[in-house]
Amino acid sequence: MSEVLVVVEATREFGVKKVTLEMLTLARELGTPSAVVLGGAGAAQALSAKLGEYGAEKIYVAEGEEIDGYLVAPKATVVADLVARVQPAAVLLASSQEGKEIAARLAVKLDNGILTDVVGLAADGTATQVAFAGSTIVKAKVTKGLPLVTVRPNSLNPVPAAASPAVEQLTVSVTDTDKLAKVVERVAEQKGSRPELTEASVVVSGGRGVGNADNFKLVEEIADLLGGAVGASRAAVDSGYYPHQFQVGQTGKTVTPQLYVALGISGAIQHRAGMQTSKTIVAVNKDAEAPIFELADYGVVGDLFKVVPQAAEEIRKRK
Amino acid sequence: MNIVVLVKQVPDSGADRSLRSDDNTVDRGSANNVINEMDEYAIEEALKIKEAHGGEVTILTMGPDRATESIRKALSMGPDKAVHVVDGALHGSCAVATSKVLAAALGQLGADLVLCGAESTDGRVQVMPHMIAERLGVAALTGARKLTVDGSTLTVERQTEEGYEVVTASTPAVVSVWDTINEPRYPSFKGIMAAKKKPVQTLSLGDLGVAPAEVGFDGATSAVVEHLKRPPRSGGEKITDEGEGGVKLVEFLASEKFV
Repeated sequence: MSEVLVVVEATREFGVKKVTLEMLTLARELGTPSAVVLGGAGAAQALSAKLGEYGAEKIYVAEGEEIDGYLVAPKATVVADLVARVQPAAVLLASSQEGKEIAARLAVKLDNGILTDVVGLAADGTATQVAFAGSTIVKAKVTKGLPLVTVRPNSLNPVPAAASPAVEQLTVSVTDTDKLAKVVERVAEQKGSRPELTEASVVVSGGRGVGNADNFKLVEEIADLLGGAVGASRAAVDSGYYPHQFQVGQTGKTVTPQLYVALGISGAIQHRAGMQTSKTIVAVNKDAEAPIFELADYGVVGDLFKVVPQAAEEIRKRK
Repeated sequence: MNIVVLVKQVPDSGADRSLRSDDNTVDRGSANNVINEMDEYAIEEALKIKEAHGGEVTILTMGPDRATESIRKALSMGPDKAVHVVDGALHGSCAVATSKVLAAALGQLGADLVLCGAESTDGRVQVMPHMIAERLGVAALTGARKLTVDGSTLTVERQTEEGYEVVTASTPAVVSVWDTINEPRYPSFKGIMAAKKKPVQTLSLGDLGVAPAEVGFDGATSAVVEHLKRPPRSGGEKITDEGEGGVKLVEFLASEKFV
């Protein structure tokens, strides 16, 4: 079977992201998965055990300042060279900003079609995408070149399948043009132990109804009790209640968790665009006519400052 | 500084949107078509740079005839002129072909800085800045929440999952912006009147030296096979809190095995 290249998405502390495990699981359906690790020195060594657990038969590695010190262009060059050499059956990347950007450059370099935000990929290369804020399901195919797709996190269940990957160091031959956008500083911000928003299986979001930044502690408390991530509506972010990187919606993140909890969120189209493909949705809002209730599998009309603390207490009692 | 801002006309994301049943392209005929929201932030940023450093701001749009409305709207914010790439053969173009056309137009315009929104609200594909940069052999600084111009040096602060990065490049470069970068101005009455007289140059594929076979359906590198409307979600149970709302909510979560 042909190789399927999976470009690994990991945190800067070398944690394999869940979407990578999803891609490896998907790649097994299409051929023999080969993971491609592109990052700072030491990345492959830290990541290889996990990649093997999920079926990577091979790990290609390009590491170091030449790769990691610039925005995406060197990574695209490395993957393009690899594609030309191994002629894979498909190339999978994460549908993150970086994954899409590497894929964008690959598409131009290889004069190859590209499909983003893919939630499923059949053996014949037909990809399933969700468009227009989750309202439309699209089946599409790359018609020029190989299937080059970016996979949306939480699209499928990662399934382990142990393999003992062979590790191959790639010769890095990036050009001067690849080094035009230099990363001069990386600042890690306090993040705590919560899962990442797009990968979390539970997301608890607060909206304008939360009232102020301090009250977001209530949202965080429920998120922590459920082991979830915290999100915020655009109204809450614009009002300064919570930082922008946690915004869920049309101009923020798209999430598809198993459970989405909307607290004090009216459910404007802007917000629904980012969360309406969640599996189960529950909502607390004081306005019985709020559109969020049209989506919610379970809705409580009431004052969130009464309902939410009581819910927190009840969850603690049951633990 | 010679700045070109990429502006895309998109169907209003606040209303129902769909794909056409005949050729699987975005249905623009029945939609309220507007400037892609994120592009307004790119226009604002361009105007601020011009105000601080001098230069000229040009709007570049690829789209059908009706995109003229969005071009005039963009001009009413303050840019100097616009270029509209319009050609019947472009209908059905994929992202790869679109980047070819935009890169050809940018090659003719000779910009120091190309600004654009980080994504469009219709496709949300986010690939255009890097595709264009790859074709032009220039830097792409994407997802800026802050942009500083110092002579020919551009410095961008970009949000990442784990914090933020500071990235630099020299002009010429492509910079894409998020809606956190500024607050776009509203067009003034004077601006709206002035926009009607600003030059809008139209370019065809022939003017750009791009063959019709490289774009549109013929040149597409991907194709939609089929599409269907997802059935709308229907609301489930809705209760009114009478003192037990929190407990009942948790009972539901427990029944679904979340607690």
